[in-house]
Amino acid sequence: MRDRLIFTAQLLFTLLVAAFLVVPVVLSISAGVTVNYFRGISSGVTLQWVFQVFDLYADTILLSFLIAFATLAVTLLVGVPAAYALHVRGGLLSRIVEEIITLPLAIPGLAIALALLISYGGFGGFRRSWLFILVGHVVFTMPFMVRSVMAVFSTIDIKTLDEGAASLGAPPWRRFLDIIVPNAMPGILAGALMVVTLSLGEFNLTWMLHTPLTKTLPVGLADSYASMRLEVASAYTLIFFIMIVPLLVAMQFFADRGQKA
Amino acid sequence: MNAIVGHGASVHIEACAKTFADGTLALAPATLDIARGETLVLLGPSGCGKTTMLRIIAGLEQPDAGGRVLFDGVDITAVPIEQRNVGMVFQSYALFPNMSVAENIGYGLKIRGVARAERAARVAELVALTNITGLEDRRIDQLSGGQRQRVALARAVAIRPGILLLDEPLTALDAALRDRLRGELNRLLRSLGITTIYVTHDQAEAMELGDRIVVMRKGAIVQIGTPREIYFKPQSRFVAEFVGAANIVEAPVADGRLMLPGGVLPLAEGDTHPAAVAMIRPETIAIVAAEGAALTGTIDSISFIGDRQRVIVGGASDKPLTIDAPNTVAVTIGDRVGLSVAPDAIRLLPEHD
Amino acid sequence: MSHRSFIWICLLPLVAVTAAFFLLPMARLVLLGAQGPHGLAGYLAILFEPRYRATLINTMVLASVTTAATLAIATVSGIFLQRHRFPGRAVLVAMLTFPLAFPGVVIGFLIILLAGRQGLIGGISSHLIGEKLVFAYSIQGLFLGYLYFSIPRVILTIMAAAQKLDPGLEEAARSLGAGPWAVQRDVVLPALGPAFVASGAIAFATAMGAFGTAFTLATNIDVLPMLIYTEFTLAANFSTAAALSVGLGLISWAMLALARSLSGGTVAATG
Repeated sequence: MRDRLIFTAQLLFTLLVAAFLVVPVVLSISAGVTVNYFRGISSGVTLQWVFQVFDLYADTILLSFLIAFATLAVTLLVGVPAAYALHVRGGLLSRIVEEIITLPLAIPGLAIALALLISYGGFGGFRRSWLFILVGHVVFTMPFMVRSVMAVFSTIDIKTLDEGAASLGAPPWRRFLDIIVPNAMPGILAGALMVVTLSLGEFNLTWMLHTPLTKTLPVGLADSYASMRLEVASAYTLIFFIMIVPLLVAMQFFADRGQKA
Repeated sequence: MNAIVGHGASVHIEACAKTFADGTLALAPATLDIARGETLVLLGPSGCGKTTMLRIIAGLEQPDAGGRVLFDGVDITAVPIEQRNVGMVFQSYALFPNMSVAENIGYGLKIRGVARAERAARVAELVALTNITGLEDRRIDQLSGGQRQRVALARAVAIRPGILLLDEPLTALDAALRDRLRGELNRLLRSLGITTIYVTHDQAEAMELGDRIVVMRKGAIVQIGTPREIYFKPQSRFVAEFVGAANIVEAPVADGRLMLPGGVLPLAEGDTHPAAVAMIRPETIAIVAAEGAALTGTIDSISFIGDRQRVIVGGASDKPLTIDAPNTVAVTIGDRVGLSVAPDAIRLLPEHD
Repeated sequence: MSHRSFIWICLLPLVAVTAAFFLLPMARLVLLGAQGPHGLAGYLAILFEPRYRATLINTMVLASVTTAATLAIATVSGIFLQRHRFPGRAVLVAMLTFPLAFPGVVIGFLIILLAGRQGLIGGISSHLIGEKLVFAYSIQGLFLGYLYFSIPRVILTIMAAAQKLDPGLEEAARSLGAGPWAVQRDVVLPALGPAFVASGAIAFATAMGAFGTAFTLATNIDVLPMLIYTEFTLAANFSTAAALSVGLGLISWAMLALARSLSGGTVAATG
């Protein structure tokens, strides 16, 4: 009887917490497709706000995708070989490098953005281009890629596999492509999902680094929250959810599979 | 692809030492010759430097300055492993999880640019040789431990290596499987006739597989010899006790006889020292009638093993003697028995090692 | 090419990118912080200038309260979800964890929908008590936003830790006569200690440095990231902004480093 009571109380509490997290999302989604949010859903359902968002902010959506995939490309090309080198080399130097590249996780984005602005803000062409935002995103997401790949390396004996391939005559670059990369795939995929998700939603750095001509989706969102009617802001948020939820679901799926394996 | 050595090379290791970055000496300067086609076993407890020696021969570790490794007389000390044309079987097998069994076996040939058809033929040949027919398309995680061991061996042999290196290849398997595979491995290595260096801590493996055994301890070679030499003529107490079971007897010597608490044992070797450390293998001690025996003792315990019985006899020597007696000898605990040992089965050892 | 040089080639791009776009800029930021009218003392302003100190204390109180509340909520729900299997559990877990990667701006907006001028809470409260409750644009709104941000993360960590808990420990305690509360107090909560430290540090560091939520809710909430932002963009007080953000970075980093050394795991703040 007492167990039953405790169970029910805990369940109700947990449902309440879930409601706190889910209800605002439902509100936002419904507001995005309601003719007039103040009058409620009875005023009718419409996609007019969504289309209005596309009219106003299509370029921010495109730029966000461009930056997210460029960030992914850079973190893959730079991060995956580095993760391998750091794992195989080991030692103090590797530990220090790993610590340093992990720092952007601990330092607020605002500080990193300020640092980039005072260092490179003077290079006008660079400052005005989307590459400036890309740099910020690369610094911020790199540790996720490197650590995700290194996590896989620590579960498989990559050093012995590497030696095995070497004993069969494969030169280093060949070993990297034939053995290291395929076996690191789960970590690379998990890291890639994380990098794209974080880049698409990154605001703290981007707000400081953007220019009126290089607005990303989250920057556009902040803009719409401040200056647009609630329905438009909600429709814009809805578009963001639609972009990001599949990535979150995929990430969850990989995390579950990783736990079972 | 320039193969440095052909099928079956000789190996010469000269003053190879290895000091690790933290300053520990893993291997004292060692010099060793391995003849073409010979199977040499590096035997010793863990941490004795045997794996380090193998890895230096493989090219996975560089010896300290001054050390040289020669294959067929050619100095290959600076040549990386991928150009040494060695076949290596790792303790963990190091099979590539992203490739099938056949792809694993064929990988070394693919690297060497062997055409697809020829590669397939060679893979089929090795699959048959190592008894893994039907497993070609399996993934590695679908294989049992014994099957993995065979794939690892097939993969190492596929490239027609000059030298085959095996690092504790049976250690990961359970005892029964280990015994069976040891026999198979022995036949296979004999039929290949390839120069083989085999690292193990298991003296039974070393005895069965080795043409010669190198016993190592604490980073140094302590004895090199054929299995029979190592077993019957150990040069130190460590070798005597590490290889097979041994009774170590410390006793004074008088008139060419070991003076024991329970009697005397005549020695074959003319020894003038006043005292000796001697090794007596358990199977060389015979249980005889107590009356008229030069050495007597009392039976403390009997373990019936099946093909023989292990009898512990107290009171004869300074420590209880272990005896492997035929399973037909009728004995009971508490019996007073006589013991006889052929003089040439008593091996005198240096007192300190 | 030797293996050694190949490894260096693998490492080089990362070292170059990190040096050029992280280490060098951060070094310049640290230098800039000391180039204000007060020189190096600019760094002490965060502690001794009353306005900055008030903001710092404000931010730290907010972060502490957020952390404590998140830990309490996530512990109850996390242990509950790890303990019981019931229909709909997977959906509940998904609901509690999927906001994990929502950016701060979006969370700010969600809080406005909840507690803003047209918000749900205001609507309900005007029906019930005839008064419209609106608190999204204040420090309470920010607290709610940080809670929203931290709950998924902390629940995940605590569920993972609870899963690794050896059920034998609890059974042993019960066999020794401990009741359900005593088991929780003496066995379960101490075993979750490292998870508390790790996830608590993340929640704290995140709440210290999060900018997006505060930015969306209002620009006049008195917390450190907003102060840095206004000093930099509105007052053009670059060296103060630099000093303050170096201070903020140090606090976050120290929290996470401390948590890591206490819990032995790796922790990270995002947002």
